[in-house]
Amino acid sequence: MKNKVKMRELDQAKRVHHFLEVACGYSEEEAVLEASRCLECKHPKCVLACPVEIDIPGFIQAIKKRDFEGAYEVVTKDNVLPAICGRVCPQESQCEGACIVGIKNEAVSIGALERFVGDYARLHMKTSKVKAKKIDKKVALVGSGPASLACAAVLVEEGVHVDMFEALHDYGGVLMYGIPSFRLPKDIVKEEIKVLEDKGVHFHKNVLIGKTITIDELKEDYDAIFLGTGAGLPRELGLPGEHGSGIYYANEFLTRVNLMGSADFPNHKTPVKIGQKVAVIGGGNVAMDAARTARRLGAREVFILYRRDMDSLPARKEEIHHAMEEGIEFRLLESPVSFALEDYQVKSVKTEVMKLGDLDASGRRRPIGSGTFSDHEVDSVIVAIGQSPNPIVKRATKELKTDEWGRVVVDDALQTSIEGVYAGGDSVLGAATVILAMGAGKKAALNMVKSFKS
Amino acid sequence: MYKIREKRALNKDIDYLLVEAPRVAKHAAPGHFVLLRVDEEGERIPLTIVGVVGQAVALIVQKVGYTTKQIGQMQVGDAFLDFMGPLGNAVKIDASYKRVLGVAGGVGAAPLLPQLRAYHEAGVQVDLLLGAKSKDLMILLEEFGEICEHIYLTSDDGSVGKKGFVTDYLEEVLEGENYDHAIVIGPLVMMKYVSKSLLDAGIDTAVSLNPIMIDGTGMCGNCRVLIEDKTYFACIDGPDFPAKGIDFDLLMARQGYYDKEEHLCKIGRGYDEK
Repeated sequence: MKNKVKMRELDQAKRVHHFLEVACGYSEEEAVLEASRCLECKHPKCVLACPVEIDIPGFIQAIKKRDFEGAYEVVTKDNVLPAICGRVCPQESQCEGACIVGIKNEAVSIGALERFVGDYARLHMKTSKVKAKKIDKKVALVGSGPASLACAAVLVEEGVHVDMFEALHDYGGVLMYGIPSFRLPKDIVKEEIKVLEDKGVHFHKNVLIGKTITIDELKEDYDAIFLGTGAGLPRELGLPGEHGSGIYYANEFLTRVNLMGSADFPNHKTPVKIGQKVAVIGGGNVAMDAARTARRLGAREVFILYRRDMDSLPARKEEIHHAMEEGIEFRLLESPVSFALEDYQVKSVKTEVMKLGDLDASGRRRPIGSGTFSDHEVDSVIVAIGQSPNPIVKRATKELKTDEWGRVVVDDALQTSIEGVYAGGDSVLGAATVILAMGAGKKAALNMVKSFKS
Repeated sequence: MYKIREKRALNKDIDYLLVEAPRVAKHAAPGHFVLLRVDEEGERIPLTIVGVVGQAVALIVQKVGYTTKQIGQMQVGDAFLDFMGPLGNAVKIDASYKRVLGVAGGVGAAPLLPQLRAYHEAGVQVDLLLGAKSKDLMILLEEFGEICEHIYLTSDDGSVGKKGFVTDYLEEVLEGENYDHAIVIGPLVMMKYVSKSLLDAGIDTAVSLNPIMIDGTGMCGNCRVLIEDKTYFACIDGPDFPAKGIDFDLLMARQGYYDKEEHLCKIGRGYDEK
């Protein structure tokens, strides 16, 4: 088979009226058929390209044999959130990008298979029992996003007492407030987190570390601390008019809809107002999420403003493809320069038309202003140009070292400038991916365990 | 958790609540606030911590919005679903000041009280200029009476103190006085004009802002404030700011962005007439 088994998707015309998941997943037959495309390489490149080094040929082999429970056991040795990662990982630049089959034909759909395994377990399997306590140590995890969840998974398996602290009212961090349910249904996040709870991880909400409990207080009660505080601080454009009414940072817009249930207003009491014409500034996954969410809230004309060209869009290919199917317009090579306000309400975005020059430090062609400008009429604007690490823990903990971008500085073992305090994920990397955060959480946990045993 | 231990009406619009929250109470200081949620469908709203009693924190709630009206119907023994804090930055109490003036409009008296009390306890002489619609709506006079040297009152209808707004009376209060610092807390339009007069009179002035917030942890950016063309987030950089250079008109526009939706929620529950 040259081509992969295509995953069924919801009808593009109908799906923009609701928030149901777009990609429907594989059936058992489809999964087995797709698994049969894997060559089971002796030195699998896909594993090396995976930040948590899942035994990919191993779990695919189990699928081939229709041993779906076995496949789940193989995946979860390295990744505790397969149903989530199967949906949100940038596979094309990781495992699938390295797949040998992909050289001549379409790469094996490793992400779709991982998702299948995660979903199969959610529907058919019971959580494995809590193991007897092996290490008499306590660890506090700060934040409940992907980094902390992966960290917790390793620690709890080792028999460490784990307390996870979340500031908001739902666990999962960016998985709950950031990624929309048409891409990652919230029940799936809750169920994968429930697995950890069943294994013995203790979850505490409404606790903002640095304010409710300080790092110093945690140090008294715990043998180690992990900071998985994410990149929650929206980055500003720094343009005139940016603070007008109707201009949202993507975080606010997505949090209203995802965490607070604004699409269901007035049943849920947090409103969101978007109008008919919506500009989304930025070209990453968050920009695609915001644009597609705006469309589902009823906006008729939703367009991406991005200063480079189509090939430079940092979003996952699947998200770009879905956005296009849903009628999102891409106004490329346009860089916003100002917002026109009327009584403080945004009315239009002025952009400068860009052209591409020489390669820059990121290896992409640098956009250069052309001196020509255009105006885009809008009812609202969503700014999605990235996030910086949340500064609360840093501000409350003077001895915690951060770099000039506010990222927590760590050594090779992911230990911060404070002994016994580790960090990983977006708080260290700046805004990156779920799987990189999970890789860091896992690594920090293994290093903690090593130090406990030594 | 987060059970209401005590509740009493200060007047027909404003309630006093004491809420059990040991972790919040432990670190709470003047200037701090909490973000709370009543039920699963509820919004997250910020409320200033007015005081700490043992393991509980005191809140003063004006029943104007959907959620505050909902809180008005809660009874002793009922609990909040979520209650997170203490958020924001504690105000720095400068004990080298000799005299501090507090100016409050309406329920702004509530967040002002812990700040003036802290100054009083630091040995600074504090005065108060308090305005309300009428005598019935004036709150915390007894508490202020224990800490203030002078108290000046105004009411819109003249039922207590001088008739008019605090702005009308301010010049008179300042005459012959020598304040090192002033704190103004009330509706945005009141803070705009009062802080302008105080700054014009050469008095170092601070205000406490209460914009719409969702997470309260620096994440959403809705509470952004423009001061001298620089962006601040009220949740993590405030909520108290030096008054100089604040773009109050922008804040007012942003504050009113969801007025229509707020009204819709209240009608749904029969909290408001159409």
